[in-house]
Amino acid sequence: MIDLMFTEEQEMFRKAAREFAETSVAPHVAKMEETGRMSDELIRALGEAEMMALTIPEEYDGLGLGYTARLIALEEIGRVSAATALTLQVFALGVAPITMFGDEEQKKKYLPGLAKGERLATVGVTEATGGSDPKSIRTSYRKVGGDYVLTGRKCFITNSHIADTITILARGEENPDLFTCFIVESGVEGFKPAHEEHKMGMRGCNTGWLVLEDCRIPGENLLGEEGRGLRIAMSAIGEVGRAGMVGCALGLHTACLEASVKFAKERILYGEPISNLQMIQNKLAEMKIDLEAGRLLGYRATSMQDKGMRASNELAAAKYFTTEAAQKAAKMAVDIHGAYGCMEEYPVSRYLRDSFLVGASAGTSDIMKVIVARWALE
Amino acid sequence: MLRIAVCVKAVPDPKEATRIKIDPVTRTLLRRDVPLVTNHLDRNAVEAAVQLKEELDAHVAVISMGPPPAETIVRECLALGADEGILLCDQAFGGADAFATAYSLAKGIEKMGGFDLVLCGMASSDSGTEWVGPKIGALLGIPVVTAVREIVERDGRSWKVKASLENGYRLVRVRLPALLTVTRELNTPRALSFSGIVSARKKEITEWGINDLGVQEEAVGLRGSPTITANLTIMNGKDSKRAVEMITGTREEAAERLVEKLAAAGML
Repeated sequence: MIDLMFTEEQEMFRKAAREFAETSVAPHVAKMEETGRMSDELIRALGEAEMMALTIPEEYDGLGLGYTARLIALEEIGRVSAATALTLQVFALGVAPITMFGDEEQKKKYLPGLAKGERLATVGVTEATGGSDPKSIRTSYRKVGGDYVLTGRKCFITNSHIADTITILARGEENPDLFTCFIVESGVEGFKPAHEEHKMGMRGCNTGWLVLEDCRIPGENLLGEEGRGLRIAMSAIGEVGRAGMVGCALGLHTACLEASVKFAKERILYGEPISNLQMIQNKLAEMKIDLEAGRLLGYRATSMQDKGMRASNELAAAKYFTTEAAQKAAKMAVDIHGAYGCMEEYPVSRYLRDSFLVGASAGTSDIMKVIVARWALE
Repeated sequence: MLRIAVCVKAVPDPKEATRIKIDPVTRTLLRRDVPLVTNHLDRNAVEAAVQLKEELDAHVAVISMGPPPAETIVRECLALGADEGILLCDQAFGGADAFATAYSLAKGIEKMGGFDLVLCGMASSDSGTEWVGPKIGALLGIPVVTAVREIVERDGRSWKVKASLENGYRLVRVRLPALLTVTRELNTPRALSFSGIVSARKKEITEWGINDLGVQEEAVGLRGSPTITANLTIMNGKDSKRAVEMITGTREEAAERLVEKLAAAGML
């Protein structure tokens, strides 16, 4: 018999994450929407609440709780602020190359600070040539003595201006087929965050460009081996980035459903709450069914990961389903709210804007389908 | 070592209040359809105990009476920093009023062995009698101070506490062992943390039934409850009538009239 129930401990993780989200994240949402900037105070709170430590092994001052606990935390934070969940999910995405492929020295140097939130991580893969085709990147590296010199531009990088520990994918200047990952620290000469994006949704989650101009980094910052960069970047995105987006989507979807139920029960039309109308019930039912199905896909994938299994295919299916479902749910939530749904006073307008960004991050829906089709055709 | 016992209650989540139903026969709350949470003021009691533990050499034991799902609440208190948990869990405890609850908890505390301090939330969010704590103190034969909002001074076993009154406070010197019921002003309960939850894995929860306590079935639960609930009604929005009355005049006049109206309605 398959056990599809959360453990008592996992339920407590959810409770802790919900408490944190409602008391420590919610107060920042309005300001994030207004300014488009992440709050330093919120970043500190995420660190103090051990949210960055979840997937980092205990021997490096993390909690080593694995991917299901992380998904629970992201879902609860995403329910209150999808932008904060996205920020947090990318911190873990940035940590993943180091935990998965870093050597002992790199783990000891970076992971304890990342677990405490003293360091903030991200990954720089995407360039103007597109994120779906990482082989087209132009950022290059060359070896100079024992060091490496990187040159190029990365775009649409989440946490670009707040991260200080960045895994950069580059290709060899002499041998362009040699894709390699490097850990770049933000203070190093030749590295600078450039243009900051103004997004339609996920406001407060920082996204921008990273510029590397003859950026010289020590040889010890080579991650894994030369020529293994694509595998490192794709493993991190496939196993951690996609799982994170599932969390953001599930949280956002839950928020859409909760707001819709509340509004439908309170809004009186024809002398009774609109929740009594079958047209409204139909929407609520669709939202609920999709949410339940999405949870099953997502948590099955993370439970596989926690058992040490690879789940990139399962996560591609979960990412496709949950992000598409979140967009659909956000549209229905706005529809249920009628004209009120178009007003900024109601959170569903934010949900709709946010919903358009869960699809694009960590691989578009079309790319997810490519992966799932490859899986089906195996 | 200061031995602290904290009484906690699993109450229906106030946010889900609309889902609470009443058993038509026993006129008690039907809790099974509503998620249980730790009574809010009990979180203040646990926080006070954990703060004392952080400052002094102390051992914090949490005791609760409730159905098996209440174990989650005890586990949560362990995650918040308590050292051990006791759950009084037996069908015979079901349907207890404040008296039978206090009796069972007092027996549980006695069985736990020596204690210096018993802490309780001042009231529960579901019943709100404010009576269980004082009764436990009476049954244990120790001094009780209710509505404690500050521990002002600790001089060995002689403690001075500030306790709330309706229109002010009183300073009370009390000698341990004692029982204090606490208010929300006493502290800000810490948040449940992931590492706290992990650390609770290693802590034990002991379950006791009536045989473990050595009490008679007639003395506990519904049978041991002298309270007879004549009637219990859930008030909800559907049954209430809304009326809007605009009060005009200057701000001062309007405020005066508002106070008069509220007083006339028995709300002040």
